[in-house]
Amino acid sequence: MELLPVYLAFILALSIFLGFELISKVPATLHTPLMSGANAISGITLVGALFAAGAEGPDWLATALGTTAVFFATVNVVGGYLVTDRMLAMFRKRAGPSQSGAASEPQDK
Amino acid sequence: MSDLPVNLAYLAAAVLFVFGLKMLGSPSAARRGNALSAAGMLIAVVATLLARDIVAFHWIAVAAVAGAVVGALAARLVAMTAMPEMVALFNGSGGIASLLVGSAALFPATAGVSSVDAGGISMFTATTILLSVLIGGVTFSGSIVAWGKLAAVLPSGALVFAGQRLVNGGIFAALLVCGVFFALAPAPDSPYFIAVLVLALALGVMAAVPIGGADMPVVISLLNSYSGLAACAAGFAINNNILIVSGSLVGAAGIILTNIMCKAMNRSLVNVLFSGFGAAKSGAKVEGEVKPISADDAGLILEAASAVTFVPGYGMAVAQAQHVVHELGELLEENGCEVTYAIHPVAGRMPGHMNVLLAEANVPYDQLVEMDDINRRMANVDVAVVIGANDVVNTAAREDDSSPIYGMPTINVDHARTVFVLKRSMASGFAGVDNPLFFGANTRMLFGDAKASIAALIASLKA
Repeated sequence: MELLPVYLAFILALSIFLGFELISKVPATLHTPLMSGANAISGITLVGALFAAGAEGPDWLATALGTTAVFFATVNVVGGYLVTDRMLAMFRKRAGPSQSGAASEPQDK
Repeated sequence: MSDLPVNLAYLAAAVLFVFGLKMLGSPSAARRGNALSAAGMLIAVVATLLARDIVAFHWIAVAAVAGAVVGALAARLVAMTAMPEMVALFNGSGGIASLLVGSAALFPATAGVSSVDAGGISMFTATTILLSVLIGGVTFSGSIVAWGKLAAVLPSGALVFAGQRLVNGGIFAALLVCGVFFALAPAPDSPYFIAVLVLALALGVMAAVPIGGADMPVVISLLNSYSGLAACAAGFAINNNILIVSGSLVGAAGIILTNIMCKAMNRSLVNVLFSGFGAAKSGAKVEGEVKPISADDAGLILEAASAVTFVPGYGMAVAQAQHVVHELGELLEENGCEVTYAIHPVAGRMPGHMNVLLAEANVPYDQLVEMDDINRRMANVDVAVVIGANDVVNTAAREDDSSPIYGMPTINVDHARTVFVLKRSMASGFAGVDNPLFFGANTRMLFGDAKASIAALIASLKA
């Protein structure tokens, strides 16, 4: 058990490096969806909230804290994913074959 | 929580989160990436519900259904222009959830969760509980203040008062003292715990208050990072690896975005967080005469142009002008003109704000050009149309070393042949800095509400 915090710290360090590598090349167009999508992931605290709310125990205060946490984390998760999806559904590429560099005769629609 | 199947499910969830985040980096794959990450979340939640530590379901069901309804309604109903407020609120709800999870870990009753030994809470666990309460609390109250500023419930400028640093320092020192006393004798009913909680909330308010409107993109992405770190700390408090992995991924992502925002303003994070920019001193007074133009004359110039770039700012969001801007752009394209939209990284009130608004108005994302690309070809642009943007096109950032925004990279619209600035009146921008661009030889001011002005341009082009 003594080593457990160290293992968790390993996970922490490697995940942070992974996060930096994953995100470093996101085009500016996607900054908002990236942010709200990442925010939805941070709702993972829901898992902890479930443990707190569902554990068997006499202490009503712990259950109340856990239940409130479940509520807020679910708002975060459900709202975060749905709003990200709604935004991403709006992003579209130009319909015609002309690229933005070509100056002549755009044939949209 | 030691169940092998549960942990394997967490592993699968972590892999899906990583793939999902990766795919969020490319416009064509982003939507699938988000769905993948949602699937990961579903796996993690279902596996948790099946774990043998969870025995009572009625409260979970009530809270989860209520949360899902609130979240879904909010996501469905929010206007795209109100997206910064929405993101702030979601950040806040993640923050308070982590705070509550950390607090619940104090109780031996939640045996499945906390690493409570027979003898009580270890100092390590006590420290991580403190961290999750601290970060979660700062995220929560900071997000509420940010939301208040964005929704104009609170004054949106930077609030700086004498002795602010002293107060912050005092709160910080008190946090440290109370934290140490709590860690020495951790208990759910410790008065020091309540003190830490209150101080953390106060610190969040104090941290967000001195940051003004144009700096909001930095705050929003920083709070996003904090919400991840709070989940991460809660993960340590309850020894849960999926919380640590996901929380730190989000934390790192938020830091990167924050860094991009700071670079786009040529300022350090410390400077953004503590300087109270909006209330700062202003640079050299700009003198000169502005040259107004009528919509009809501007329409004639646009009709003759072969390359037009739109430079939107927060003013476009306020005026809800994105749809008419797109209509004008299409009209110009039909006229054989090359139309681009130049987006400054900190235009608007959150990272990527303008991109979302233009996407809502059906502007294809390959027509949006980033700052460096458009600056390279600005000399070939016939007309640059500045819509409700000010600081991001301020030439003082290049030329006047006494200006508070000196050194900030800008979209160099003054290098275009003609510049139209759509502006309500001659008030200065959010940073409170005068803009020499307005007095430039090739600048014409089109005064009035942005939406009405664009509509007038459309009418004159159609005439």
